Amino acid sequence: MKPRSALATAVALALVTFTAPAVAAPDPQEWESVLDAANGQTVYWNAWGGDARTNRYIAWVAEQMQESYGVRVEHVKLDDTSSAVARVLGEQQAGNDSEGSIDLIWINGENFAAMREQDLLFGPFAESLPNFALTYPDENLEVVTDFTLPTEGYESPWGKAQITFYYDSAQTDTPPQSIEALLAWAKEHPGQFSYPRIPDFTGSTFLKQALIELTDQDEALYAPVEDADFEEITAPLWAYLDELHPHLWRSGRSFPESGPNLRTLMSDGELSLAFSFYPTDAAVAVMEYELPESVRSYVLEGGTLGNVHFVAIPYNSPHKAGAMALANFLLSPEAQAQKQSLSMWGDRSVLAIQQLEPSDQALFEQGESHPAARPADALSQTLAEPHPSWMNALQDAWLERYGVN
Amino acid sequence: MNNAANALTLEQVSIHLAGRPLLHVDATVAPGDVLTVMGPSGSGKSTLLAFIAGFLQSTFTAQGQVRLGDTDVLSLPAEQRGVGLLFQDPLLFPHLSVGGNLRFGLPHRSSQKSAQIAKALEQVGLAGFEARDPATLSGGQQARVALMRLLLSQPRAVLLDEPFSKLDTALRQEMRALVFGQLREAGLPALLVTHDEADATAAGGPIIALG
Amino acid sequence: MGSEQANLSAWQMLFAQPGLGRSVAVSFASGLASTALALLIVVLFLAASQGTWLDRSLRRLVSPLLAIPHAAVAFGFAFLIAPSGLMARLISPWLSGWEAPPDALIVNDPWGLALTFGLVLKEAPFLLLMSLAALPQLQAEQRLRLARSLGYSPTLAWLKVVLPSLYPLIRLPIYAVIAYATSVVDMALILGPRLPPTLSVSILGWFSDPDITHRFMASAAAVLQLRVTLAALLSWWLLEQLARRLSQRWLTNGDRQRGEALFTVTGRAGLTLASLAALAALIGLGLFSVAGFWRFPELLPQSFTFDHWQRSADMLAGPLVNTALVALLSTGLAAVLVVATLENEQRQQIHPTRSLWLLYLPLLVPQIAFLYGLVVAAERLGIRPQLALVVAGHLLFVLPYVYLSLAEAYRRLDPRWLYIAQSLGVSRRRAFWRVRLPLLLAPLLTAVAVGLAVSIGQYLPTQLLGAGRVPTVTTEAVALASGGNRRLIGVWALVQAGLPLVGFMAAVALPRWLGAPRRAPLNVQRQG
Repeated sequence: MKPRSALATAVALALVTFTAPAVAAPDPQEWESVLDAANGQTVYWNAWGGDARTNRYIAWVAEQMQESYGVRVEHVKLDDTSSAVARVLGEQQAGNDSEGSIDLIWINGENFAAMREQDLLFGPFAESLPNFALTYPDENLEVVTDFTLPTEGYESPWGKAQITFYYDSAQTDTPPQSIEALLAWAKEHPGQFSYPRIPDFTGSTFLKQALIELTDQDEALYAPVEDADFEEITAPLWAYLDELHPHLWRSGRSFPESGPNLRTLMSDGELSLAFSFYPTDAAVAVMEYELPESVRSYVLEGGTLGNVHFVAIPYNSPHKAGAMALANFLLSPEAQAQKQSLSMWGDRSVLAIQQLEPSDQALFEQGESHPAARPADALSQTLAEPHPSWMNALQDAWLERYGVN
Repeated sequence: MNNAANALTLEQVSIHLAGRPLLHVDATVAPGDVLTVMGPSGSGKSTLLAFIAGFLQSTFTAQGQVRLGDTDVLSLPAEQRGVGLLFQDPLLFPHLSVGGNLRFGLPHRSSQKSAQIAKALEQVGLAGFEARDPATLSGGQQARVALMRLLLSQPRAVLLDEPFSKLDTALRQEMRALVFGQLREAGLPALLVTHDEADATAAGGPIIALG
Repeated sequence: MGSEQANLSAWQMLFAQPGLGRSVAVSFASGLASTALALLIVVLFLAASQGTWLDRSLRRLVSPLLAIPHAAVAFGFAFLIAPSGLMARLISPWLSGWEAPPDALIVNDPWGLALTFGLVLKEAPFLLLMSLAALPQLQAEQRLRLARSLGYSPTLAWLKVVLPSLYPLIRLPIYAVIAYATSVVDMALILGPRLPPTLSVSILGWFSDPDITHRFMASAAAVLQLRVTLAALLSWWLLEQLARRLSQRWLTNGDRQRGEALFTVTGRAGLTLASLAALAALIGLGLFSVAGFWRFPELLPQSFTFDHWQRSADMLAGPLVNTALVALLSTGLAAVLVVATLENEQRQQIHPTRSLWLLYLPLLVPQIAFLYGLVVAAERLGIRPQLALVVAGHLLFVLPYVYLSLAEAYRRLDPRWLYIAQSLGVSRRRAFWRVRLPLLLAPLLTAVAVGLAVSIGQYLPTQLLGAGRVPTVTTEAVALASGGNRRLIGVWALVQAGLPLVGFMAAVALPRWLGAPRRAPLNVQRQG
């Protein structure tokens, strides 16, 4: 046998396959029929798998779904959500419109915008989920808005994130309370702060945070970037970064690879001030031995960027009923309370807790607090995400200026 | 030429394998002479050569003295003993030409290297073979190149490990005459191990029988 | 996908990327430099350490080192050399005076030096193993004796009489190393420069950018990456020619001594240092996997805990089974295909043909571009992600390594063994099973062990072709690595390293157990 035929055999082997029958999409308006159809389905949920606590929570959800609805949930652990987007896109290009390999994606922001633009999502379904009403969307617009884009029922809210700074109180007494103060602090503490390299998600968020604080034309950020004078609006940001970079970690000649990388550098003692998109990140890191007990979290005085993360169903999912049943369960007070509890995960609920039944409210009171977690009243200081087009424009401009050292 | 100063002396040499005595030799080989050690396979004759050349495996133990003239060779690493080896395989290096193999044998600082090589090839009837690939040579030709490579390295003694056993009968006669003639001419003490009586006869020196 | 216009603008967009030239230069240079350094270390070690205690110990260490996944080595190595890493802690604060880690750019340096050294740690064991597999065919022992009897010092003798014959036998593995090193992603992500990153890392970022137009650019960049790899291979080939020219005189100049001491010392120190670094990297990971809080400049964690192992234990079972299944199936298939190919080649007396390059194609083309194409192709054919597809994908990458580990030994087995067997009235088929395979047991097992290690280390083929439905230890480890928790990374990296280790230990133990002690793959003395 020649090597050539060896290769042919390899391909032939891959051809031995079977195809599952396609299932018609159920109507979310008739919830009973959705649950009937869901029973016995296996839902492949593609979700970032970089955090052991998130993974543990999803494993708990899978148990509940099996017990209560007969739905098997498989957590497909991703290193980056965009690979799921790429997969659905590839399936669409190949003409696989009914037997996609992904049933549910943990998503938000530019990934959602990209999938909507390419018509890769199933919907609208979110607003028909029985538990969706518990978010009181009329009063909490952020659960139906994703980076200024209306979700239009194409994704269902799941949890809340907000930029949260943390520092070691044993080493720093007065952490900076604004982007301006951060510059002064960095000058006094050279090499002890940094932000993830653009185009990392957390790093890009830092740029947006700084831009919001530095520009006086905030409203322009909430419309597509094409409509604004990008040069003029961002000029204060670049002036600020030009001044800040020489005082950053490694003098700005290198940047951490990702958000979690900041935490590792804090743990190693290389940084003494850092930030995360997950408000309980620092508390969890203390519980996981990564950070010292003396770490404290806070948000800047003028507030910080926050957003809601969602789950969405690809247009070609063969198990849409199961995926909707799962999305609905994720919105239940029981699942939301488990998620918010620090001992499980510590991700904030999207439900309007004050408006729940008292018995449901009680579920949320079980969660213990942690000194390293930030104060509960910080939620009111959330700034909304700019239009997603700003993210790309800022990333490109940053790479142009600082991408080569 | 001072015979005593350049002789190869084996003084009360004995080799043991796992505590069992293998052989015992006590002899002096004068320059130009060939001492033949005869014995069947397993008698330890190749082990004796390995001992003298400096390649004895650690499973063997050996006692006694080996001297070249006044030099105690056992205290020297193999490459400083000045003891040349000729095996039954000619072992010409395949990555070098015939000339390259001979050049490999020449000392670093010798003068007129090309002329020396040409002369050496001429001596064994291979004039003009410098650029040839060793693989294109016949067995007899390879054996002759190997001999000249050895001699060009200017050894102080030569050990021969059944050097003719792979050659056919006619060639064997010719090679014996050539090898022993060249060794005598160079005035080198030589030790031959073999199981072929004809080798011993042709060598013309004393014979020690083992086993 | 995409018209000619989209194609053209993709290239324009690519060349407009800031720092593209530097990305290309670092990919090219780190690939070539790491290969050259690894080869130098291995060659000098083999020359300088024959038969010594060091030789025997490092030979035993080589396969475990080969088995550790690249990403794990990179994480461990980064922690070893970082300003807050193990080496800095060793001298802090009593010697260095550092109470806080110094702000020095060591890991992720813009020249790619950390990446280059990290690559060397992985390449040297591979090249050493390939050399050890090839050496028995060269009568190295006898050549050395002869050269030493002609007055050559041992190390110099090895370099002058064994290396020139060894090099052609390990040339293909060297080319594979160059191709790998110029396009490596995981190590470059951890150790490589960041402003800008290497070309391969940039490509990965562009491929996973939500902005669809980046994907066209990524495809163009993948073509560029292929050219960079080919350019590196071509440069190496030219360097080979140059080295051959320049060394010709040196080989025959009769110099028996000069440089001996230098070669010997560097030869022994080089691989020893590399092995120690890899070992220290592994120890660092091991410490983290049981570490409680651990702050600079403490050399050891302030407290120890088994929490990280306990919590991972529940999630290990499924991935372990999948990993073993995929690795055994793909390696088993690869071994059968390779042996069948080689046996056919021997029987038909065909010379290895040019079509062999097809076999090496998966090693040359950037994995992500290649696999993305495969995924779309499979989807188009209606093949849904499943175990069989993952096994087939692994096969593409396992096959070339099994082939290049086995081919030379197979071809060089003395054919007279088979003639004798057949002359004794044994059929060809029986001679193959009763004579050839037992004689080739050691190289065959080495090849299988390499195949297992390659399969176990695969991330993208498993994730893309299986759509994440076939979770393996490696896919879990990579997902967790994106969370940056070094303690969990330590746990999973050790598990990941442990698996191929089992394969290698089996490869060493099996021949002994089958009653062929001298043919254990890692200390073959003489063969056939």
